[in-house]
Amino acid sequence: MKKIVWLVSLIMVLSMILSACGTAATQAPAEKFRVAVVMPSAINDLAFSQSMYDALVRIQTEMGGPDKFEIVYSENMFVVDDAAAAIRDYATQGFNLVIAHGSQYGSSLQEIAPDFPKTSFAWGTTAETFGQPNIFAYEAASQEGGYVNGVMAATLSSSAVIGVVGPIETGDAKLYVDGFKAGVMATNPDATVNVNYIGSFSDVALASEAATTHIAAGADVLTGTAQMVVGAIGKAEEANALWFGTQSNQSSLAPKIVVASQVYHWEVALREMISLINAGTLGGKTFTANLSNGGEVIEFNPDYALSADAKAAAEAAISGIKDGSVKISLP
Amino acid sequence: MISELFSVTVLIGILASGIRLATPYLYAAIGETFGQKSGVLNLGVEGQMLLGSFVAFYVALTTGNLWLGLLAAMLVGAIMGLAMAYVTVNLHAQQGISGIGFYLFGLGMSELLFQRFMGTVETVKGFPKLYFPGLSDIPGIGEIFFNQNILVYGAYLLVPLAWFVLNKTTLGLKIRAVGENPDAADSLGVSVARIRYFTIILGGTLSGIAGASLSIALLNVFQQGMTSGLGFIAVALVYFGAWRPVGVLGGALLFSLVNSLQLWIQVLGIPIPSDIAVMMPYVLTILVLVATVSRVRAPSALTKPFERGD
Repeated sequence: MKKIVWLVSLIMVLSMILSACGTAATQAPAEKFRVAVVMPSAINDLAFSQSMYDALVRIQTEMGGPDKFEIVYSENMFVVDDAAAAIRDYATQGFNLVIAHGSQYGSSLQEIAPDFPKTSFAWGTTAETFGQPNIFAYEAASQEGGYVNGVMAATLSSSAVIGVVGPIETGDAKLYVDGFKAGVMATNPDATVNVNYIGSFSDVALASEAATTHIAAGADVLTGTAQMVVGAIGKAEEANALWFGTQSNQSSLAPKIVVASQVYHWEVALREMISLINAGTLGGKTFTANLSNGGEVIEFNPDYALSADAKAAAEAAISGIKDGSVKISLP
Repeated sequence: MISELFSVTVLIGILASGIRLATPYLYAAIGETFGQKSGVLNLGVEGQMLLGSFVAFYVALTTGNLWLGLLAAMLVGAIMGLAMAYVTVNLHAQQGISGIGFYLFGLGMSELLFQRFMGTVETVKGFPKLYFPGLSDIPGIGEIFFNQNILVYGAYLLVPLAWFVLNKTTLGLKIRAVGENPDAADSLGVSVARIRYFTIILGGTLSGIAGASLSIALLNVFQQGMTSGLGFIAVALVYFGAWRPVGVLGGALLFSLVNSLQLWIQVLGIPIPSDIAVMMPYVLTILVLVATVSRVRAPSALTKPFERGD
């Protein structure tokens, strides 16, 4: 019996160590702006969480380093209860801005935010601030970059079969996939877009088998969204199929076949939030990252020789979306 | 659209995918079968796989030698098995709980090492697909059976090997005796502790290979938490397969084939919501389990620590 007690405490300690990673923070002088972020995957996932972490690091550089702008993070918070505890913890420690980077954290934040009226919270990706004066919401118009990627994909595909590896049919992933399909169809109405949602954000094995399935079905251009696509990119490379990335720049994984990536630049929204917070407004506003405001950028892979007509088609689509002449109709 | 499902391309695709997807399950579940046959439930498989997966990847990345990577994964799996054996055999710890502890250790440790030594997702050139002159070129059959990497073949060879060891050797007899009636085995001079150490370390080694099969043979990439519950499904497959290697093979193949079938169902645009499609392998597994459960019996001493002179 003693041993069971001993083991249970060992497990508790282990899990506390795991969840406490990165929560340590020290009291800082008042002029320092302090940000804490809670994210569902790792800061280097080449996808959703990395897009936020990279943006925070860019702002830190702009503002003059860690002495002026402190970043503290909790990653791999896929258990919402743990994330809620971390959010509350950060709020207690007096951070200026606590970011809940994941739509699954919404209901926790709705409960926590009213308890800390002097702390500003940001939640994404969503447009919902729950009417709270201290919650900012941010979202990405992922369909815009998806559309541009789709236009290029349709131009570059010779088989006119294009495969999409998606996680779960919801939110940001669904927007990207639907925008991508719209872009393909606007360019080549005869093309086939096969979409596969694998039902997981982490199953690398199934995502890579989904890519193999697309290739067997004749696809020569692939795309996919969320962090489990890293295996799928490898399968595309083996089959010499092209890849379009989203959320973060994925060129480094397969420099020969990644054509372009839609990259989120959350710093555009973050900059505004920070200046609002400094002016005394702690929330109540929604920010949308899109191509026009620079919150989304199509980053071309310099190592891939993109044909001139595909590049021209992409640029036409980008400026069309910016000036409103291209309308993306979503199902 | 439904009729497209029966086209040759699709059938070949489903079979080839299914055979690949079953590979990590086979290594992990056969290893777990040995442990459970001797009376030890190891729920730490997922952690052993994750750590094996990372170590194999990192060693292969830095040395450029895939075999060294595989060896390192086996070693790490074996060490975790050794620790598990000490905790369950010598300390008589509750097996389920200590297994979860080892799972959390593997999860956290693999993340820590990944952050410390790599920091970003990288790729490695994994075990290549083998080419069998003549055989690999047979249409269909060649694509399904003779176009896989060496770790895939290893997994399937393991099944008859495990059957032989468990059923036709003295060692197998001792393992089964220790799992069914440790007191009787002990009175006949079989060392219960030694047998259980052997099976748990063997299980850990095979879990290490299961992890390596993902990171340096099938996916050629390592990402935190990459096994995504696969190790727990492997434990379930042991129950599913009624503690028989052939049963485990059947379960692993059924689960994997239905999984690749659902990938094709979505690709062909058959109008089934994706949420329903991804549920299929799990639902089917539960149905088969319900249908067969009454006919199988677990090893009698499973999860029971052995104490001499009880």
